[in-house]
Amino acid sequence: MLITLFGVAVIVFFVIRVVPGNPIAMMLPPGAGEEDIARLKALYGFDKSLPEQFVIWVAGVLQGDFGTSISTRQPVLSLVLGRLPATIELAVMALVIAIVIGSVLALTGTRHRGTRTEGAIDVTNGMALSVPDFLWGLLLILLFGVLWPVFHISGRVSPALDLPFATNFYLFESVLRLRFDIWLDLVSHMFMPALALAIPLAAIIAQLLKQSLKETMHLDYVTLARTHGYGENRVITREALPNAILPTLTLVGVQFTFLIGGTVIIERLFSYEGLGNMAIDAVINRDLPLIQGIVILFALMFTLVNLIVDLTYALLNPRLRHG
Amino acid sequence: MSFLEITSLSARVGPVPILRDVSLNVAAGEVRALVGESGAGKSMIGKAILGTLPGAIHITGGEIRLDGQDLLALRPAERRRVIGQTAALIPQDPLTALNPVRRIGPQITRRLVDILGWSKRDAEARALELLAEVHIPDPKRVMQSYPHELSGGMRQRVLIASAFAAEPKLIIADEPTTALDVTVQKQILRLIKEMQQRHNTALLFVTHDLGVVAKICQKLTVLFGGMVLEEASVEAFFAAPQHAYSRALLAATPKYTDPDQSLTPVPQSILDDLQAQLDFAERTTT
Repeated sequence: MLITLFGVAVIVFFVIRVVPGNPIAMMLPPGAGEEDIARLKALYGFDKSLPEQFVIWVAGVLQGDFGTSISTRQPVLSLVLGRLPATIELAVMALVIAIVIGSVLALTGTRHRGTRTEGAIDVTNGMALSVPDFLWGLLLILLFGVLWPVFHISGRVSPALDLPFATNFYLFESVLRLRFDIWLDLVSHMFMPALALAIPLAAIIAQLLKQSLKETMHLDYVTLARTHGYGENRVITREALPNAILPTLTLVGVQFTFLIGGTVIIERLFSYEGLGNMAIDAVINRDLPLIQGIVILFALMFTLVNLIVDLTYALLNPRLRHG
Repeated sequence: MSFLEITSLSARVGPVPILRDVSLNVAAGEVRALVGESGAGKSMIGKAILGTLPGAIHITGGEIRLDGQDLLALRPAERRRVIGQTAALIPQDPLTALNPVRRIGPQITRRLVDILGWSKRDAEARALELLAEVHIPDPKRVMQSYPHELSGGMRQRVLIASAFAAEPKLIIADEPTTALDVTVQKQILRLIKEMQQRHNTALLFVTHDLGVVAKICQKLTVLFGGMVLEEASVEAFFAAPQHAYSRALLAATPKYTDPDQSLTPVPQSILDDLQAQLDFAERTTT
């Protein structure tokens, strides 16, 4: 895991220095002299050689210092950590929506296999899969923001609200503090971006889980449960489902990391104040330390998700738990 | 009156007949073998009784009476309840017939609680008692185990214990030893026979192995192409099989006393005869 992160650090550090664009040039007022340029370069350490810069940066990171953002002149770490909770809440909400929709579709499709209901579910899945998340975002804005405005289409929370929170996990904390008025406002802001992110993942879950349920339904222990007197619904949820989840879970883990990547564009689309939105700003401003910090954090999230998936898999599969 | 009465049962996949006018009785406490080659429809009869026929197969006529109740006339939920209470299955492959993510204990006790309304404590006591009856050492530990921690023979013992758990009146054993190796086969056969006698359960034993039939059954029914060819007691059958196909089948059984003898297949002329008979039946019924 550490090796992965180091690899990511190396790649991002050098790649963003190879692509054209000069952060110093962005900061200079018109008519600045050679002298000013040299002074600014020295201030941000750009006068040293690339390997030197890299060593200084990595040494800082290891001590928890990710450097200073060029565009905002604030420490990268506090900037990034301030935005991280918003993105985590968005991604988790999208995941929950995807799992709920996906499982309901898969179970319904299995219950009514071979009928028109299953056919309709397959068609819906195909459509959901072939449209990318940002297009779903635009469609949702059109539907629920313009034609039938029930949800907020931009931001994370209404600016008029007074937020009594100690952390940036607003959604989580609003429940803890029993401020359901704020919670409702947050959900109303998050719902559409979360749904846009969730739709393709829901389709993947529905398709995989349905496939693996159908295979499981032919197995002998399912037949045996039928002879015990269990009805179709019990057989599907209690005998087939715990087994069918396993192959789905691994893929959902991979897909969830794609979803986290998808937050970058979706957050931009909905002006949601998360990490992804900040990443785009950082790239536009050539804010190299900030880009590095955000990418490292994304990489950390990806590896953590994979770790959680592995642990959950072992928890649900007794053959691995004791093996 | 027989405990299981099947009268003129017919089933089809699309236009293809699977069972043709099958009639079959199993008296209480009787052990009947259902013999035939692959595709003869012997497993399908078991599945038809238990209500687990694949979706593509439709029953087109006949009656299945279990303890006097006409199963096919019952509503599905009611039918499942009757089957769950009075009949049980010993499946063919013990490696796939236990749910891999659940412990053995609940796999035996859960339906006693869910379907038959036992208390959890009673069900667990019953499961322990049965695991001991099927000669499983350390039943307590096995209750806590997952299927992958047990050998094939052990799993089949668990499944036999589970089949007898609700004191069913009829057990359908669908080639219960085919998936096991030869030494274990013998033990499992002996165990099924022992359990059947102790609980005085009727047993419908589906097999293609006449050697097994001779060991544990009293009556036998020979099937070919979904049609009953011959019904006899086991002694009468082995002394003098009536049907030409039965004689050929018996001759085709390898003898363990003479391992060098080459196998005799069922002669083509007999198979052709039977096919002609089936075709004729098809023309007269449709």
